[in-house]
Order: sequence, then structure tokens, then C-alpha cells
Amino acid sequence: MASLGLQNVAGINLLFKEGPKVNAKFELKPPPYPLNGLEPVMSQQTLEFHWGKHHRTYVENLKKQVVGTELDGKSLEEIIVTAYNKGDILPAFNNAAQVWNHDFFWECMKPGGGGKPSGELLELIERDFGSFEKFLDEFKAAAATQFGSGWAWLAYKASKLDGENAANPPSADEDNKLVVIKSPNAVNPLVWGGYYPLLTIDVWEHAYYLDFQNRRPDYISVFMDKLVSWDAVSSRLEQAKALSA
Amino acid sequence: MAARALLTRKTLASVLRKDARPLGVGAAVATHSRGLHVYTLPDLEYDYGALEPAISGEIMQLHHQKHHQTYITNYNKALEQLQDAVAKADSSAVVKLQAAIKFNGGGHINHSIFWKNLAPVREGGGEPPKGSLGWAIDTHFGSFEALIQKVNAEGAALQGSGWVWLGLDKELKRLVVETTANQDPLVTKAPNLIPLLGIDVWEHAYYLQYKNVRPDYLKNIWKVINWKYANDVYEKESS
Repeated sequence: MASLGLQNVAGINLLFKEGPKVNAKFELKPPPYPLNGLEPVMSQQTLEFHWGKHHRTYVENLKKQVVGTELDGKSLEEIIVTAYNKGDILPAFNNAAQVWNHDFFWECMKPGGGGKPSGELLELIERDFGSFEKFLDEFKAAAATQFGSGWAWLAYKASKLDGENAANPPSADEDNKLVVIKSPNAVNPLVWGGYYPLLTIDVWEHAYYLDFQNRRPDYISVFMDKLVSWDAVSSRLEQAKALSA
Repeated sequence: MAARALLTRKTLASVLRKDARPLGVGAAVATHSRGLHVYTLPDLEYDYGALEPAISGEIMQLHHQKHHQTYITNYNKALEQLQDAVAKADSSAVVKLQAAIKFNGGGHINHSIFWKNLAPVREGGGEPPKGSLGWAIDTHFGSFEALIQKVNAEGAALQGSGWVWLGLDKELKRLVVETTANQDPLVTKAPNLIPLLGIDVWEHAYYLQYKNVRPDYLKNIWKVINWKYANDVYEKESS
């Protein structure tokens, strides 16, 4: 089921290489597990609201915003990049990006997840962060220190930034490496170009408040320990490397 | 030297308190050995459960004891680091600390105002503003109801976490409705803005009770707004 995320990444690549003009239908995609599947770490009640209300509202509002406008018929990724508008965001951006972010987020977790990645993903993590533990520290710190609502990401940075669409682009690092970044509110790495998101954690309060209240660091720890689907992250890495080669 | 330090501290404290009455009897003033003011959590002037049913006691307790306390803890920490950085003339450390100071200092400023913006119904919470603020609202927004509508609309539309404010523009002598992101205090919008009323639209302010329905929280909070406080600030600042 990690394929949903992969299709998204592939879609972006297609978008830039071929510019597909498929009529996009935005739907509320269910998580690839039952709503009680992440219990007791992430409660069914949290999923009922987070997926059943928040995510649903983003989908419904996006549909209303797009119908009859020039965005009608564009893919979700195209809308995100277009509506980001170099940081001077257009109204559809928040809903479009939040639909994408949540689709991606559900795929980042699985019942009985967590632990340690393996194979090439682990090798790259060790190469780019020093060790898996150092990566964990960096990712957790990014998630904990995102002021207000937002997201923390592990991404594969494929190419040098063109800077075209970026407002305050992250500092230019070396290419073809793994990076940890954070983003405010609905913003995601697609808007910066050259980034292939591999893993994300939602640090809007609605993602954890019913289960953890103000204890965001506890939520982040348990997400890494018990929820992350490293299979999904590995598949995305493989895909990202193939697409950016 | 000692006299100068004392004067500086006193001046700093009076500047920091300029926004309002003293922050409650429990706001004991502690200081570091080096004379740095240490902020403490101000007491509320009502019980956690006293705003029910508009805002639950559980929300109030977490919001005050956990969230506000964390901003204060991290603000104190940042100020201590700032003092070190200044002492060492480490400019890059000074600049690096600005984000944490804005966020945590802003969190302390905003919440300190917010608690005073609220009052239980039996203590006048929800009673529309009397006095000159009531007149000013009618003049600038058409009516009290029109103001509420505007605040609710802007508060509901705010993306992510932040605040919606009724402020006084001291320069133009007019009332304004503004929003700020995250914990940015109103003064970050313009230096001449004085906060009269701030409504917290972070999810932590309403989630346990209202979940995803922020508009219902905004609708209900007017039942416990302390307009007397807003009016006092308005009269003091516009005289």
C-alpha cells in the first residue's frame, strides 16, 4: 500500500517532464489500515477526527475551490506548485497541500511499525546523518521545534534548487542526499523543487492532542518507535532515485 | 553599580507590565543571581471550571498549567542564553535566539492577555462593552454584532495556529481586527497597535471540547469575554 505515496512522487515527476492534463478527481482516500489499526499508540478517536473530519474537510473545500476555475482539471501536485505561487500563496494552496500531506502521512504509518530501517535506506541514513540514532535526534528535533502547526520531513534531495518557486528556500546542501526539513502549516517539500519526500510526521496539534495533549515530544517518540512504516519509506527512496537519475 | 542594576531591573519590570494590571498575586518575582528577571506563571482570577460550558475546565487547566508554563520556561531559558551571548559579544548566537524569544516570549505575552480577556458569566463575562469602547466599536465596525462577525470570520480563516485580535491603532486612533501567526504578539504587526482582546485559535485552545469545529469555539467564547478589561485598556491608551 505504499504505492499511494509512490504514485504521488511519480506524478510530480510526470508533471514536470510531461505535464499530464488528466482530469483530477479529488477523493478522500482511506488510510491503508482500519481506523483502530494504530491503537493503542494512535487512537481510533484521533483517526476518526483527523481522517474523518480534518482530511475530509480539506478534500471537500478543495473541490469547491477548484470547480470552474483555471485549476479545474489539474493534478493535485500541479495545483500545489501553482498555488504556492512563490510563497505568496493562493487560496487553493492550503487545501490542496493538506490533502496531499495527509494522503502521504497515512502511508507513513502501519500497525506494528517503527524499529529500524534496513538495506540501502539505512546505508544512506548512516552516510548522511552519521548514524540512525543521529538521524532520529535530528528528525525529532525538527518535529518538536516547528513553531506552531506544520510538518517535519525526511526527503531525498535530488538536484540543486532552481529557487524559482521558493520563498525562503532551505539552505543549499549537496545533491543526492537525505535531508531533514520542517515546514509550516500546509507547506510541503514539493514547492521547493528537487525534493522527494520519503517520510513525514504531522505536528499540527490535531494530530496528537486527543492522545497526548501538550506532550508533542512524546507523540514524536512513539511515532518513530511504533508507527513508522520503513517499508514505505524504502520504496519511496527507490522510486525517488529512479526518477531523479 | 548595585543601584544601577536595581534601577534597570525595575524599569524592565515596569515596561513588561505596562500592558496591564499586575499579573495576579501568585506572580512572584524571582531573579537569577545575575539579576535577570525570571518570569513565573501568573495566577488566573477565576477557577479553571468557571468558564464552563463555553470552555471546559480541562482545557483551561492544560492551557494554563502546561502550555503557558512551557512558553515561560522556554522564554526564561532563551533570555538566559541571550544574556550569555551578549556577555560574550557572540552576535551570531544573539541573532539565532530571536526566533525562540519571539515564539516563547510571544506565547507568554499573549496568554497573559488572554486570561484577562476572559471572565465567568457571573462576574460579567459576555456582557457587551460599555463606556467609550462600546461607542468606538459602533463607530468603526457598525455594531457590536458586526465586530463579532468579523473576528469570527478572520479567526476561522486563519491557517494553522495563531491569534485573532481587536486592537487599538494609537497613531490612527482607530480600532482594528488583525490576526497573527503562531505566537506572534500583536505588536509584530505594527508597533503602534495595542491589544484590547486576543482570542487564541491554536487547536490546543479548543480541541478537547470542539475538535475540528473552530467556528463553534469562536461562537461560544463571546459568552465569557471580559469586556471590562478591554474597555479599561482602551480608555487608558486612548486618553
